Amino acid sequence: MLLLIAGTMTVLMVRNLFVATMLLGIVSFTMALIFISLDAVDVAFTEAAVGAGISTVLYIGTLALVGSQEKERAKFAVGPLVICVAVGAVLYYATYDMPQFGHPDNPVQTHVAPRYIQESPTEIGIPNMVTSVLASYRGYDTFGEVTVIFTAGIGVLLILRQRRRRRTDANKDAKDTPLDTDRDGKGSSLSGLGSNHDLVPHVIAKLLIPFIFVFALYVQFHGDFGPGGGFQAGVIFAAGIILYALVFSLDLARAVINEKAILFLICAVVLLYGGVGVAGMLLGGNFLDYNVLASDPVAGQHLGILLVELGVGITVTAAMLAIFYAFVGRADLIEEASQRGEK
Amino acid sequence: MISFGFFNYWIFIILLMIGLYTVMSRSNLVKKMIGLSLFQISVFLFYISMGKVTGGTAPIVVENTADAVTTAYSNPLPHVLILTAIVVGIATTALGLSLVVRIKESFGTIDEEDILEMEDGA
Repeated sequence: MLLLIAGTMTVLMVRNLFVATMLLGIVSFTMALIFISLDAVDVAFTEAAVGAGISTVLYIGTLALVGSQEKERAKFAVGPLVICVAVGAVLYYATYDMPQFGHPDNPVQTHVAPRYIQESPTEIGIPNMVTSVLASYRGYDTFGEVTVIFTAGIGVLLILRQRRRRRTDANKDAKDTPLDTDRDGKGSSLSGLGSNHDLVPHVIAKLLIPFIFVFALYVQFHGDFGPGGGFQAGVIFAAGIILYALVFSLDLARAVINEKAILFLICAVVLLYGGVGVAGMLLGGNFLDYNVLASDPVAGQHLGILLVELGVGITVTAAMLAIFYAFVGRADLIEEASQRGEK
Repeated sequence: MISFGFFNYWIFIILLMIGLYTVMSRSNLVKKMIGLSLFQISVFLFYISMGKVTGGTAPIVVENTADAVTTAYSNPLPHVLILTAIVVGIATTALGLSLVVRIKESFGTIDEEDILEMEDGA
């Protein structure tokens, strides 16, 4: 806990944004450990994969594009400090009205949670309550979240992809030259991180990546029984591909799964999720009512959750990859623009 | 974990305020995004702390049914909310960062005050 505070203070103080990003990753990871001790295994899983993994990559991708040194400011910001201390004091005072930490009779624990805890094993038939609440009881919420991720992915693509046409043309001209020149040209860009000559990362990555994928699939399909599920699996899967792209090269990763396929996947699986809901309606139930999907309700729930989690997993993978490709692709784009003397 | 009193809530408040202060006092846009992330993480901590039941276990049904009656589980609902919020958070952070990249390209800087000066000058 105190480690967390120390970490965040340093994030605040340090001037080099690269260091701040790394520290943010450390803070995220510490937070994941705390989540485990607070019994939130699924959340810890996600936080470790997202906070310490993907978000660090994204921040570094941004820093490669915008430079990592924060400007020195002489004046000390008093106003914000006063506001923060005041708000903090009010919140601190408010904690004395909070119910006792960890008490089973807290208001939080007495509304819908007992029903989830007591009924979900018989109603849904899967041991992991988080999964059953996520995919079944609160399927609407999750559908909304998936839509937000979908929208954010599309938004990033729209923002960072504006001069795509010209870029593909230029790429075609440069395609004759081998990968090396391509990499040299990128300089500070993300794909420049992986060098052809670094043997150790290559070997380690080759060893690790298959296991990352297998683990992601395990998390995906075992999410009903243990911690895991579509969100985590999607992030881990994306992390595997991003690692591949970083260590080998973006072009090779694009050969594995190209942008068109990603766009198709993003759209298709949001439709899959919605389709499961509509299928429930067509079979006479409500939207996202899985009971009617199979002959008996529990089997229907199983099928519905499996499909929905699959949809979530693929959406998250595709959206993360789309965002990653957009950031790295932007570096290439700028590089080419400057090479042709446009900037 | 430390389960006495309001310790978790205090930590949450401190983290929240550090995040807020980072957003307000730093003019670098990437630093502001980092501040938002800190803010977000602290809210996650708050939710998860509320769902904790002392002596409880992770909300995954224990195989042994005789045991299951007596086992206390932590509240699964905050876990679900935060789990999705983390992934949505990274997606929105990515959107913010992509805007920062575009700002850098248009203005040549990601320092808020410089940008404001340029706006006024223009």
